[in-house]
Amino acid sequence: MASDAHGETLALREQFDSEEQQKDASTLGMWIFLITEIMFFGGMFLAYSVYRNFYPHVFAVASSSMNAIIGATNTGVLLCSSFTMVMAVRAAQLGQRKIIILFLVLTLILGIAFLGLKAYEWNVKFEEHHVPGPAFHLDGVDTQGPAQIFFSMYFAMTGLHALHMVVGVGILTWLIIATYKGRFTAGYMTPVDIAGLYWHFVDIIWIFLFPLLYLIDRHLG
Amino acid sequence: MKSWLLTKDHKRIAVLYLATVTLFFFLGGAFATLIRVELLTPQGGLVSSETYNKLFTMHGVTMVFFFLIPSIPATLGNFFLPLMIGARDLAFPRINLLSWYLLVIGGLLALFAMLAGGVDTGWTFYTPYSTTYSNSWVIATALGIFVAGFSSILTGLNFIVTVHRMRAPGMTWFRMPLFVWSMYATSLIQVLGTPVLAVTLVLVFCERVFHIGIFDPALGGDPVLFQHLFWFYSHPAVYIMVLPGMGVISEVISVFSRKSVFGYAFVAFSSVAIAVLGFLVWGHHLFVSTQSVYAGMVFSFLSYFVAIPSAIKVFNWTATLYKGSISFATPMLYAFGFIGLFTIGGLTGLFVASLGIDVHVTDTYFVIAHFHYIMVGGTIMAYMAGMHYWWPKMTGRMYPEGWAKLSALVIFLGFNLTFFPQFILGYLGMPRRYHVYPDEFQVLHVLSTAGASVLAVGYLMPMIYFIWSLRYGALAPANPWGATGLEWKTASPPPVHNFDEAPVVTHEAYDYSTVMGEVIEVG
Ligand code: HEM
Ligand SMILES: [Cu+2]
Repeated sequence: MASDAHGETLALREQFDSEEQQKDASTLGMWIFLITEIMFFGGMFLAYSVYRNFYPHVFAVASSSMNAIIGATNTGVLLCSSFTMVMAVRAAQLGQRKIIILFLVLTLILGIAFLGLKAYEWNVKFEEHHVPGPAFHLDGVDTQGPAQIFFSMYFAMTGLHALHMVVGVGILTWLIIATYKGRFTAGYMTPVDIAGLYWHFVDIIWIFLFPLLYLIDRHLG
Repeated sequence: MKSWLLTKDHKRIAVLYLATVTLFFFLGGAFATLIRVELLTPQGGLVSSETYNKLFTMHGVTMVFFFLIPSIPATLGNFFLPLMIGARDLAFPRINLLSWYLLVIGGLLALFAMLAGGVDTGWTFYTPYSTTYSNSWVIATALGIFVAGFSSILTGLNFIVTVHRMRAPGMTWFRMPLFVWSMYATSLIQVLGTPVLAVTLVLVFCERVFHIGIFDPALGGDPVLFQHLFWFYSHPAVYIMVLPGMGVISEVISVFSRKSVFGYAFVAFSSVAIAVLGFLVWGHHLFVSTQSVYAGMVFSFLSYFVAIPSAIKVFNWTATLYKGSISFATPMLYAFGFIGLFTIGGLTGLFVASLGIDVHVTDTYFVIAHFHYIMVGGTIMAYMAGMHYWWPKMTGRMYPEGWAKLSALVIFLGFNLTFFPQFILGYLGMPRRYHVYPDEFQVLHVLSTAGASVLAVGYLMPMIYFIWSLRYGALAPANPWGATGLEWKTASPPPVHNFDEAPVVTHEAYDYSTVMGEVIEVG
C-alpha cells in the first residue's frame, strides 16, 4: 500500500508530522483511556457506597473478616512495583536496554506476586463460605443478604482489578520481549511510557480498594 | 477484499462502518415491521406475548446500540473529521480499524442471541427481571452491547485526540467547522458515559452467571440502582445520537443558504454544554420509580435547563436562513425536516420532563412518539442530509436529485403519519410494550402502521438510487455545492492521504467569499 512508500517508522507514523506530535497524541490517548477506566470503576464504587450507606454495620463486620495483613502486604507489593516501573521508564528515557529489562522483569515479578496472594485470599474465602451463593454464611450478622452483597462487591471489584493486573502482566511481558529485540531507543520509548501510566493507574485503584474493603470497621470501633 | 479488511485508511473504515450499520438498520427495521403489523389488530393474534416482547427488545437493541450510536460518528465522522481539520488520518488508524471489528463482533454476538431465541427484557434491561427472571438470551446480548460499547469508546477517544493534536496549520479551534465541534462533544460523552454502561452490564452479567447479588432485592439489593446506572449512560447516550446530527445540520444549513452560521460560537459551545448538562438529568427517567419527590423536582428543573442549548441551535439555524440565498437541494430538504421534527421531539421532551404530565404519560406511546421524533425524525433525517451532502465527495458520483427530493418528501410524510398518532395514543392511555389493546385505539394504530409502510418505501429509495449512482451517477466535481470546508478542497473521492498538498487555513469556517469563483451546480 501507499503507506509503506512513505517509509513510516515506529516513532513517526505516516499520519503525523513530527515524532513529538505522535508522542503527544499517544500520551493524550492513554490519559483519555484512563479517564474511561475511572468511569468504569466509578460505577462500582458508586454501588459500593450506596450499599455501605444502606448497611453500615454489616459492611463493617464483613470487612473485618478480611485478612488485612495480606491486603497490606499486597498494597506494599504494588507500591514497590510502581517504583520499579518508574525506574524502567527512566531507563527507557536514557536508552539503557539492560536496565529497562531488569526493572520490567522486577515489575512483572511483583505483579505476579500480587496475583498469587490474591488467588490465595480468594481460595480462603471459598473455604470460609464467604462466596455469594447458596452455601454463603458469615458469622456475626443478623441477615445474610446484605453480607452477600458486600462479598459480591468484593469479588466484582477485586476481580475486575485482578483482570486489569493480568492485562498489565501481558503488556509487561510484551514490553520485555520488545525491549530485548531492541525495539525501543531513547528517542522512541512511548510504549514503555504509556504502559507505565496504565500500571500506575491499576495500582491507584487498589489504593482505593484496600481501605474500602479491608479497613472500614476501624473507625466504627 | 483483504486490502479492505486490513485497511487503516479512515475513509475506507468509514465505508466498512456504513455497510455494517446499514445492515443493522434494515434488521432493526424488520423487527419494527413485525411490531407494526402485529399492532394492526387489537387482539394481538399474530405473535404470542413472549414473541412480541422479544420483537420490541430486539428492535430497540439493534437500532440504539448497533445503528444509531455508531451511525453518524463512525461513518460520516470517520470519513470527514480528518478531512475537515486538514489531517492525513485519525491519530490512531489501527485503533480505528479495531473499533470497527469490535462493532462487528458485538453485533454478531447480539445476532447470535437473536437467532438462538431472542431477548425479552426491553432495550433497558431492567433488573431484577434481566438478572433473575428472564429466560432469554440476556447474557449474549449484554456481552454484544458491552463489546460494541468499546467500539464506541475507542472512536470517541480517537476523535478527541485527533481534534487536539492533528489540526492543520491555521486551523484554530474557532475556525473548525461546527460538525467537528459536535463530533468533539459527542466523543466526550462516549468516553465518559459508555464505561458506566459497560460496568453496569458487567454487574448484570456477573449476577446472571455467578449468581452474586448486587441488584437482587431478595438479598437487600436495590434494583433501582441499576436504573440509575443505566440512565446515567443512556440519557447522555441520547445526545450521542443527536449531537452528530446537529453538526450535520449546521453544515448543510450554512452551505445551502450561503451564509455563515449565525452565532458560530454559541452553536459550538452549545454542543459542549449539551454534553455536560446531559449528564445531570438522568433522573427524569425515574420519576415513577422510588425516586424522592425532591430529587424528581431537581431532575425536572435540570431537564428544562438542558433544553436551552438545543433551543439555541434551532434559533441560530433559523437566523442563519434569514436573508440567505436558499436553495432547496436534497440535503437542505432533509435539514428542514430535521429542524421541524427535532423541535417537536424536543418540546415534547419538556412535556415529559414535567413531573405532573410525566406521571400521566410515562410508559405510554407518548414517550415512544417523543423519542422517535428525535431519534428518527431528528437523527436519521440528519444522517440522510449528511449522506446526500457528502455522497459526491465519498464516492465521486452525484445521486439523482429528483429521486432524492422525492425520498425526502416521502420520508417526512411517512414519518409524521407513523408517529404523530402515537402522541395521541399515548395521551389517551395506550401503554408501550403491549400488543393487546382496547378496540377504540385501533384507528390510530392502523394509521401508524400505514405511515410505517410509507416510511419503509422512503428508506428503500435512497438505498436503491445510492447504489445505482455508484455506477451510473454523473461524475462529481471536487466542490459541487460551492462549500467552504477543507474536505471540498481535494478531489472527489479524496486520495489516500487526503490532500496532495498539506492545507493551510487562513479563514473562518464559513467564509463564502473564498469560494466565489467555484462552480455551483445545485439542482
Ligand atoms: C435530544 C435528544 C433526545 C433523545 C434522543 C431522547 C430520547 C429519549 C428516549 C429514547 C426515551 C425513552 C427511554 C425509554 O424509556 O425507553 C426518552 C424519554 C424521556 N425523555 Fe427524551 N430524548 C431527547 C431529548 C429530551 C429532552 C430535551 C428532554 C427534556 C428536556 C427529554 C425528556 C425525556 C423524559 C422526561 C423521558 C422519560 C419519559 C418517561 O419515561 O416517562 N428528552 N427520551
Ligand atoms: Cu433522558
